[in-house]
Amino acid sequence: MTRLIAVRLLFGVLTLWAVSVVVFAATQALPGDAAQLILGRDATPERLEALRDQLNLHQPVAVQYTQWLQGLLQGDLGTSFSNRQPVSEYLESPLGNSLVLMGLAALVATPVSLLIGAFSALRRDRGFDHTASLGTLVLASVPEFVVGILLILALGPGGANLFPSVYSREGGPEQWILPALTLALAVAPPIVRMMRATMIEVLESEYVQQARLKGLDERVVLWRHAAPNAIGPVAQVIALQLAWLAGGVVAVEFLFNIPGIGKVLMDGIANRDVPLIQAVVLLIAGIYILVNLLADVIGLAANPKVRVSGNRPSAPGSATAKDRGEDGAAGTPADAPKAKDVRR
Amino acid sequence: MSGPMTDPKVEKVAKTAKRRPGLFRTAWGFGRTKVGTVLAGIIVLVAVAGPFVAPYEPTEFVAMPYETGVGGTVFGGDNLGRDVLTRFLWGGWTLLLLAASAAGIGVAVGTVVGIVAGYRRGWLDDVLMRFNDVLLAFPQLIAALLVMSIIGPKVWLIVAVIAVSHVPRVARVIREATRKVIEQDFVKAAEAIGLPRWRIMAVEILPNVTSPLLVELGLRLTYSIGVVAVLGFLGMGLQPPTADWGLMINETRQGMAVQPWPVVLPVTAIAVLTIGANLITDGLSRAAIGIDRGVEK
Repeated sequence: MTRLIAVRLLFGVLTLWAVSVVVFAATQALPGDAAQLILGRDATPERLEALRDQLNLHQPVAVQYTQWLQGLLQGDLGTSFSNRQPVSEYLESPLGNSLVLMGLAALVATPVSLLIGAFSALRRDRGFDHTASLGTLVLASVPEFVVGILLILALGPGGANLFPSVYSREGGPEQWILPALTLALAVAPPIVRMMRATMIEVLESEYVQQARLKGLDERVVLWRHAAPNAIGPVAQVIALQLAWLAGGVVAVEFLFNIPGIGKVLMDGIANRDVPLIQAVVLLIAGIYILVNLLADVIGLAANPKVRVSGNRPSAPGSATAKDRGEDGAAGTPADAPKAKDVRR
Repeated sequence: MSGPMTDPKVEKVAKTAKRRPGLFRTAWGFGRTKVGTVLAGIIVLVAVAGPFVAPYEPTEFVAMPYETGVGGTVFGGDNLGRDVLTRFLWGGWTLLLLAASAAGIGVAVGTVVGIVAGYRRGWLDDVLMRFNDVLLAFPQLIAALLVMSIIGPKVWLIVAVIAVSHVPRVARVIREATRKVIEQDFVKAAEAIGLPRWRIMAVEILPNVTSPLLVELGLRLTYSIGVVAVLGFLGMGLQPPTADWGLMINETRQGMAVQPWPVVLPVTAIAVLTIGANLITDGLSRAAIGIDRGVEK
């Protein structure tokens, strides 16, 4: 198990490195070069040359990349083109805002979806289950910004006028409600579905039958026998959904005008502020990879059965776990790839 | 003793053989598929027929900015005073076209990669799948934004980026399906009579992975619609003065409190379209799996 986690970690680092290469290569595809971008169109050739020297643009690409990577490893993300501030400093407060938003969404979405999922499983094929199933299907299909706009139209200034729809520095805590709710609604469906599916599977298992046949109280069966065994794969989906949040905040922050990393990214794109774009993309990809890694580790830790055989007969796509196990990369539990797919 | 071992297998094969030709019919049996088809159908109709019935030109000025209740317009003017209804009717087909081509290309390439990786195995499989994993490390939207921001928002680029981001996801599913197929006897028989590999992949394997393929196509189409719409909404998709649903929302959301229509119409259309597409996909996937577990979409 330790070995598997180590392999997984190593692979995570490799992926991160590959991402850094892609991000660096993307800037090489820029029309013109960095110096041109900083100084604008009417810069004199002398100044351009001086800046190119300063930025080491005369060196081979490989050397530039190594220097960039070295800086990166020391936490130096470069200097923003548009405001001349070190990017790492500039990103501090947006990152905080984004984390608050993601945290709020996770705090709301997780317990509620777990409860709905478990309850659907208990009421399988009855009214509540069907409603929940249809609801999650609908929510899972609609892009998050559409959910956000519908929320604004219903609860924002144009509709019931309960919550502000645009972030302002002076605003109170209620301005976080709509964006957090949007994100929560966006991440919840896969968690609900997964919780329901695992719960059903567990409730049908032999040990739960055995517990029931023994004449145990249904509550004991549920909380002592069923729920703990359902939590493993679900925890993994939760982690994957949190990873999705890293990318999902962009559109939501843009919509609600929240000064987080997503907003910074969009501003950076508008100003063609390359170091800023690089930093935010790396940051988001980094969070994404890290939380995915965490999801894998949780999956390994929670379900040793998956690690050994990966064979969960009734779960669709269980062959994935088996194959990955064979590859020696890791025994990602059966539903991980599916869960990844649930979100863009 | 071998009876109980072989029987279920035979039965399973027989069942798949019987079910496969009827995937659409099985899917149609679910109420949600019908609802989905109706919902998606309405929006597709609006998008395709829209330009022909639009009362004005999409760039014609008919009102004051954000003016409502103007004579001759149903939903008033947008941020520049162009007719909202006209722009709405014009703005759908670009979204559909971009999303459909991105999904089509992505699924096609992903299928090829998945079948090759699943059938050839060995180092090729390893390389392809590791490459897949790297691609998967980017959230789809972020990858698209990175490329758009560097090269600039161009139509072919939007399609290419979304298609590329679909490839690893499709390849993964098709690879699984392929690995199940190649264990079966007819593939071994085809190998035994010496059919070339590409023929085995194209003629023996491909027809047997159509069920997951169709489900993937539906799923990718739904996501493509979402990503194209988000890109438009972020201003990184089609550029003004194109009439495009995503872009419409981006341009007119500032005036949402005064004149909600240019936001409401495209938002509703996108929501109905994605819900419809996803309902169809759900029906297909239920038909393909044959069990109702609620995990699969």
